[in-house]
Amino acid sequence: MKKILALVLAAVMVCGLAAALAEPLELTMYFPVNVGGAVAQLIDDMTAEFNKENPDIQVQAVYTGNYDDTVTAIQTAIQGGNAPDLFVSLATQRFTMDSTKMAMRLDDIIAADPEGQAFVDDFIDGFMLDSYVEDGAIISIPFQRSTMVLFYNKDAFKEVGLDPEQPPKNWEELVDYAQKLTNDKRYGVAIALNSGSAQWAFTGFSLQNCTNGVGLMSADGKEIYFNTPENVEALQLWLDLQNKYHCMAPGIVQWTDMPTQFLAGEVAMIYHTTGNLTNIKNNANFDFGVAFLPAGRQWGAPTGGGNFYITNGISEERQQAAWKYIKWMCSTERAAQWSIDTGYVATRESCYETPVLKDYYASFPQALVAYEQLPYAQPELTTYSAAEMWRILNDNIQAAVTGEMTAEEALEAAQEQGDELLDDYR
Amino acid sequence: MTKTTTAASRRRREAGLGWLLLAPSLIIMLIFTVYPVLRSAYLGFTKYRMGMDAPEWIAFANYTKLWGSSTFWKVMRNTISFALMTVIPSMALGLGLALLVNRKGRHIGFIRSGFFYPSVMPMIAIASVWMFIYMARNGLYDQMRQSLGLQAQDVLSHKETVLPAMAVMYVWREAGYLMVFFLSGLQSINQDLLEAAAIDGATGAKTFRYITFPLLGPTTLFVSTIAFTNCFKLVDQVIIMTEGAPNNASTLLLYYIYQQGFTNMNYGVSSALTVIMLLMLMVVSLPRFFSQDRKIHYS
Repeated sequence: MKKILALVLAAVMVCGLAAALAEPLELTMYFPVNVGGAVAQLIDDMTAEFNKENPDIQVQAVYTGNYDDTVTAIQTAIQGGNAPDLFVSLATQRFTMDSTKMAMRLDDIIAADPEGQAFVDDFIDGFMLDSYVEDGAIISIPFQRSTMVLFYNKDAFKEVGLDPEQPPKNWEELVDYAQKLTNDKRYGVAIALNSGSAQWAFTGFSLQNCTNGVGLMSADGKEIYFNTPENVEALQLWLDLQNKYHCMAPGIVQWTDMPTQFLAGEVAMIYHTTGNLTNIKNNANFDFGVAFLPAGRQWGAPTGGGNFYITNGISEERQQAAWKYIKWMCSTERAAQWSIDTGYVATRESCYETPVLKDYYASFPQALVAYEQLPYAQPELTTYSAAEMWRILNDNIQAAVTGEMTAEEALEAAQEQGDELLDDYR
Repeated sequence: MTKTTTAASRRRREAGLGWLLLAPSLIIMLIFTVYPVLRSAYLGFTKYRMGMDAPEWIAFANYTKLWGSSTFWKVMRNTISFALMTVIPSMALGLGLALLVNRKGRHIGFIRSGFFYPSVMPMIAIASVWMFIYMARNGLYDQMRQSLGLQAQDVLSHKETVLPAMAVMYVWREAGYLMVFFLSGLQSINQDLLEAAAIDGATGAKTFRYITFPLLGPTTLFVSTIAFTNCFKLVDQVIIMTEGAPNNASTLLLYYIYQQGFTNMNYGVSSALTVIMLLMLMVVSLPRFFSQDRKIHYS
């Protein structure tokens, strides 16, 4: 009797063990959405497909608000010992993610993967720039990436006698056209000046006007060049658009208001993200064009958006599973489809060889402008303590816009406060 | 001899029972109030950022740094002026509404609920709705100005108007809430006094000045404490509407704490700010604390 019992028990244990082995590895991913509700559904669908193809791994994608909320959620989860296995966060958080040890460096995983190097090499250089931290280590993989372009209202151009196929190519034309386009009901141009957006547009203007080729900061994230005469000139241009030429609305123009104003015909040109392309295409009741950002001394544009990170300190098995998921999400076909569905720019060179993307560009040439501009694009303001640095620059830009300081004083103050912040990391 | 022992042991037993009954709330308070306060006080004396293994003791360095920071003083000025802009108007409005609805009538319950309604809505929802009122040029407020032939003002993006605009919204929300306290205060006033005054020929204004208002003293003190602490504690509107723009003209202390702690991941500084906030809350609670036994009213 006892023997039988023991046998039964043993059998139960073996079954239990087998069940435990077959149990899929459960991963949690946090992701933000910054451009509208449908994107969350897309990520859920893609993740469900991955889970179906890989029954041994089950990824749970958790929507965690906008970029800021997501960083807060990750931070809280890590402190509570309940960190997600991987997450999507701003590419510009790279130094912060590395120095706070929230995310792990991916070099060993890439080296161990026979396809690893080829996978990484296929990403467009302009986007990969945002993945490197100290010692050339790679900390993140490009995912939902965007860049800034100029949207303009062709009907308004025609109305004031401008050639609708010739958007402004440089700052002089920008000022000239914007003035011509301004009337009682309409401003010529809009640039978002709210906190979280101003630094993005300003990176572009700085790249267009700089003589050192690097704009606002050094590649290692430890130096900032806010107070150069070229940057002062760039900020002065913004102030002049508002106060001297009166062709841009005074005060702090909000990023989220701009597409609405553009669609309502209240502003003729806006500096905005390619992520808004689908929205504008679907809702504009006038002919619109997409153009390179007008050049200063040269062409220049900021990149932005989010990358995949793997959380520091998870087991190797989990790291491998997370890596598999990232590679799947960023595979050529999916990255191409993702770009079409969202308006984000496809992140890999090979995407542009796929039939889906070729067909898409053939039917909607405005979408190609962002890709063509990428060779002139560089990462937006990225330093150690990036969130605080953004705030410093944005606050001081706003001080200039509200007339508390001149352009020169504002950037001088930003330089001083920013240097003090970076002293900790030098 | 035996008698005193029994008495003493009974006292002990009673004390034990008392502590036992107190335990649930005491334990919760220790864990969720006292411990965090002490921990913040400690962290306020340290340098502690995300990624550091342990806090590093730096004594008063966080405080001296704040003392020298123009942003900190701007935030303090904003917080205090926001309090002044909201507390007195919302109390006055709350009292006015309470006087208005302190009567019997067929639809009075409906009207009272109507005034109270804004305060049951989450601040986030209110702020989102008021964004449409304050939105630049297309918002209701700017549309009204333009239809009167005035310039659009875009109140949220100018440093002079952003706090007053938020204060108006806040007063609208808070007045109905404070009304409820005033209403219960009004209803506990002895009717005999009012009747006597009426017989002696006192007018409405005189009755209010010499009878109602003095008798509302304890209520007013209580309401002012609530109003002050509430306005320090509620900052959802800043996050939704401006994120402190322009150039921190609308940054309030609690939002600044959040920003330091959760955006900049700078726990030391955010703890030091928390201690300052705590001291401010203590100061505004003091009058009520000391008047607990000495009732302020008409005698």
